[in-house]
Amino acid sequence: MPEKPKVTFYWCASCGGCEESVVDLAENILDVVAAVDIVMWPVAMDFKKKDVEAMEDKSILVSMINGAIRTSEQEEMAKLMRRKSQLVIAYGSCAHLGGIPGLANQFQREEILQYIFEESPSTVNPQKTRPERKVMTNGNAVTLPNFFNVVRALDQVIDVDYYLPGCPPTPKLLKQALDALLSGNLPEKGTVLAPDIALCDECPKKDTKPSDLKFTEFKRPHLVQIDSATCLLAQGIVCMGPATRGGCEGVCISGNMPCTGCFGPTSRVKDQGAKILSALASQVEAKDEKGIDATLATIPDPVGTFYRYGLPISLLRRKNF
Amino acid sequence: MHNYEQKEAVRIGFYICHCGHNIASIVDVKAVAEYVKSLPGVVVSCEYKYMCSDPGQELIQKDIHEHSLNRIIVASCSPLLHEHTFRTAVEKGGLNPYYFQMVNIREDVSWVHTDAKAATEKSKDLARAAVQRVFHHKALETKHVKIHPDVLIVGGGIAGIHAALTLANSGKKVFLVERQPTIGGHMAMFDKTFPTLDCAACILTPKMSQVKNHPNITLWTYSEVTKVDGYVGNYKITIKRKPRYINEELCVGCMDCIEKCVYKEGKTPDEFNVGLSKRKPVYIPFPQATPQIVLIDPEACIEFKSGRCKKTCVEACDRKAIDFNQKEEMKEIEVGTIILATGYHTFDAKRVPFYGYGKYPNVYTSLEVERLVNASGPTGGELILRDGRHPKTVGIIHCVGSRDKNTNRWCSRTCCMYSLKLAHLLKEHTEAEVYNFYIDIRAAGKSYEEFYDKLLDENVHFIRGRVAEVSDWAVRSSEEGKLIIRAEDTMIGIVRRIPVDMVVLAVGMEPQSDSQDVRRLFNISCSTEGFFLERHPKLAPVDTFTDGIFIAGACQGPKDIPDSVAQAGAAAAQALTLIDTGEIELEPNTAFVVQDDCSGCRTCLTICPYNAISRDEAKQKAFINEALCKGCGTCVAACPSGAIKQNLFEDEMIFSEINGLLENTPVVCC
Amino acid sequence: MLTAGEQSKTNTWEPRIVAFFCNWCTYTAADLAGVSRLRHAPNARIIRVMCSGRVDPQFILDAFSKGADGVLLGGCHPGDCHYMEGNYKALRRMRLLKRMLKDMGIEEHRFRLEWISASEGERIKTVINEMTEQVRTLGPLGLPKKFEEWDTEMEVLERTVNGKEEAVHA
Repeated sequence: MPEKPKVTFYWCASCGGCEESVVDLAENILDVVAAVDIVMWPVAMDFKKKDVEAMEDKSILVSMINGAIRTSEQEEMAKLMRRKSQLVIAYGSCAHLGGIPGLANQFQREEILQYIFEESPSTVNPQKTRPERKVMTNGNAVTLPNFFNVVRALDQVIDVDYYLPGCPPTPKLLKQALDALLSGNLPEKGTVLAPDIALCDECPKKDTKPSDLKFTEFKRPHLVQIDSATCLLAQGIVCMGPATRGGCEGVCISGNMPCTGCFGPTSRVKDQGAKILSALASQVEAKDEKGIDATLATIPDPVGTFYRYGLPISLLRRKNF
Repeated sequence: MHNYEQKEAVRIGFYICHCGHNIASIVDVKAVAEYVKSLPGVVVSCEYKYMCSDPGQELIQKDIHEHSLNRIIVASCSPLLHEHTFRTAVEKGGLNPYYFQMVNIREDVSWVHTDAKAATEKSKDLARAAVQRVFHHKALETKHVKIHPDVLIVGGGIAGIHAALTLANSGKKVFLVERQPTIGGHMAMFDKTFPTLDCAACILTPKMSQVKNHPNITLWTYSEVTKVDGYVGNYKITIKRKPRYINEELCVGCMDCIEKCVYKEGKTPDEFNVGLSKRKPVYIPFPQATPQIVLIDPEACIEFKSGRCKKTCVEACDRKAIDFNQKEEMKEIEVGTIILATGYHTFDAKRVPFYGYGKYPNVYTSLEVERLVNASGPTGGELILRDGRHPKTVGIIHCVGSRDKNTNRWCSRTCCMYSLKLAHLLKEHTEAEVYNFYIDIRAAGKSYEEFYDKLLDENVHFIRGRVAEVSDWAVRSSEEGKLIIRAEDTMIGIVRRIPVDMVVLAVGMEPQSDSQDVRRLFNISCSTEGFFLERHPKLAPVDTFTDGIFIAGACQGPKDIPDSVAQAGAAAAQALTLIDTGEIELEPNTAFVVQDDCSGCRTCLTICPYNAISRDEAKQKAFINEALCKGCGTCVAACPSGAIKQNLFEDEMIFSEINGLLENTPVVCC
Repeated sequence: MLTAGEQSKTNTWEPRIVAFFCNWCTYTAADLAGVSRLRHAPNARIIRVMCSGRVDPQFILDAFSKGADGVLLGGCHPGDCHYMEGNYKALRRMRLLKRMLKDMGIEEHRFRLEWISASEGERIKTVINEMTEQVRTLGPLGLPKKFEEWDTEMEVLERTVNGKEEAVHA
């Protein structure tokens, strides 16, 4: 029996949703398991780092890595997987764009640690204890990974072959990607494995967007009664759809929530946030600074809104201190 | 980003121009050429004294052949000056002209920087940006648009009249639009013209009637342009024709209505006589007004004010031409080119209160004096002052509202000469003693200095010094009842008091008060003073930055009649060139939607000011009508998924320029 | 530690300003400044676009990320746009971008939007000189250098952990 191609799933700074999405393949997962040999999947199977280290370089067909890189351990593991794999797929928004953890790039490392270990409402820590980086136990040194100041997307750390976008990627896109991998019918390196056209193309509410839309106020979804039949932008709700790659088939939109941009920009765009900013601001009705500012003030957090997933790969990458 | 497949390797020729010493004295052109030679893609890199000269252009053409160059960069002056020159040269060398890129190292570097090292470094950066940019250049087709042969001329003063006749005589259809009820402008108000002392009316009125009778000229007086749409060759103009309350087709200008008006005497200040006489509510501006059609002033007419006039005018008109119900009418026309000859406005002498205009009745502006000495003026040419006296001494104050930091800094160019002319006329009419108070006599024009000499021979007094004050404060008995002009006589270094009967203020020329509105209407620029801005002060003095729109006469800056006429001829010639060529090349910098990339989000639809973008409902994608697109690129910047591109200004081109500019940014160590 | 301003004095650092000028007003004004020989600081590098409305906020961010210390955008005065309304679009985008830059820690004076008409050559000189001095006071932004540092963060941190500085969280 010929050896089955080896596959790994690995997670870095992520919520675990991407792991769930693999299970979302439902019965298709059986085909996958039949076709491949999973040699590393920390969330589901017990393999150790040393097992992977023991493998020959490039002996793994593909590593699907989800999550952003924000600790030294993640960086080290990503580099290891890269060395052992022929292909690396950045799996999901965090690996692809930096994702939600990437929003931490608006803060300094110390600000974050202080908040988490001292100030957050659920923390009781009057001694202000912080984890020790290195502890000696029975003559052995136990170390914790280092927590970086900067959150990075996977391709800012290692070479990435393909990107499977989404928070999380849809089962359909994962299935297509796996089929392509197993058949060897692969696109050009660096391809994002989703359509290269903005979400509006497949949006169920597409036809209800007026051609003369002008904004006088932006509304936040939780503050309005959303008309489920109408384009969200037409209702004044910031929807990232026009600046976001399609392929999700409008799952959020169908659930009456605006697109928040998890599939990232199209290949023609360098900075998703700048693009949606440009598109939305261009359509503001006011012509004078005061009026313009008043309309734009209804977007309370432009960075958090426009770079919900993409701050680490944006042109500025993080807040400048 | 998309990869643009290059069919062949990029082979760049880079040429840096010395521009004599203009560039080479600051920028180390040799060093820049050497540096560029080391950049990827560059095959030829050299310097030359004058790239825009024939040998310079031939050098490029020769290299294109010898080195199979497929991109050309010239670092020299501003692209606004010579981009076209070099594109043509490149095209003649057998290369698509849009493979050319220009680097401005003269206006933008050597002329504004003094530090040679910094200027050279900046030139290298700019050159590197261009080198990286041209990798993304593509062959484009030059667009041509047809030129509609009809011409719109705005303003019926001497410049507008001359341009209209020049064009009409060459067989072109002209629409001449004038805001006032008659054409003629300021020139029609003048008495004589300097330096020949021709009677202004005698030389102008024949041209006015030619305009009226010319089969190729449609004359719309009492009309204003309200809307301008379109672009060179294809302008759509909306003109508002204000109601005269007289049927133009029926009125023959017999003026019976004026005579029979219930007002026996005029009560409204007469605009043509600058308020020095009164006119009736029904009037004709002046005897030779063109067209010879009366009009009714609804502000003054009893019928309009109360509706209870006996309407003796209606009775008097055999031809039933009076129509109190006439409404304003909008006309729409299509033209290919436009000449603006909207003229000027004289400086308001009240802005210099210490000269007493409006306070002392015997202080006049020069324009008022033109009317006073005119045989058809309010006094029939007899010089009677507002207080009924005949002046025995007259003082003419030059540069009122000109060459003055407190009002206008510019020289109005005409005041010296018309002051000399008025001095001559005043002396001729009254034999008065005439004093000219001047800063400098600017008599630069054919036969102008000679005219000045003639005035000196006529014993007109010239006092060199700016007048401090005009007052009626007599300190000597000889000054009683006179106006006293106090001025320093800088020739002899003393302050003099000259008592006179009449003061003439030589008011300067200013932009029309609504020149900013007119400029916006026609989408052209104004210079700092507010006069319309020419495309180039020397090489394109009647062109504007908007293709197909030309300027003539004093709307471009103060000038006298000969200059206005010359400029009007030049503007007409420029329009004719376009019309006779039949088409114009347009920059192919239009935008287009890459259909496969468009998600149909409609962002671009909402922001195009020209409605050039429509939605293909079947494909559910946006589509740009190239004929309507003017190439601003606003939609490209707004397209949230990067599906729109602008020719010549594609994202990749600009990103590569940014990268090129900054690539060798020195790393600062901490 | 030296402040950015002090640092710049000790280096040969010169502010780099990328300027996007519209063809019809501001670029023409820059030409006029040239013709009028209005000397000004050699720190700005002009990129000509047809209209300030062409300027994609990406261009500004890209310039910063490539090493610009300041970005200047010049267009026609409101009401004077050669393309009717391009400058209003630029204004709207830049109002929001300005806010966002502030949130991203880019100092206010590093980005400037100016309306300069074709006749305002003098304004070119004033604006470029003024901005150069403001950016000089702020010191280098130096994003490319920072990116490099961020990408090698592990090495730096590991060195401090394994080396003498034990308590990085202290």
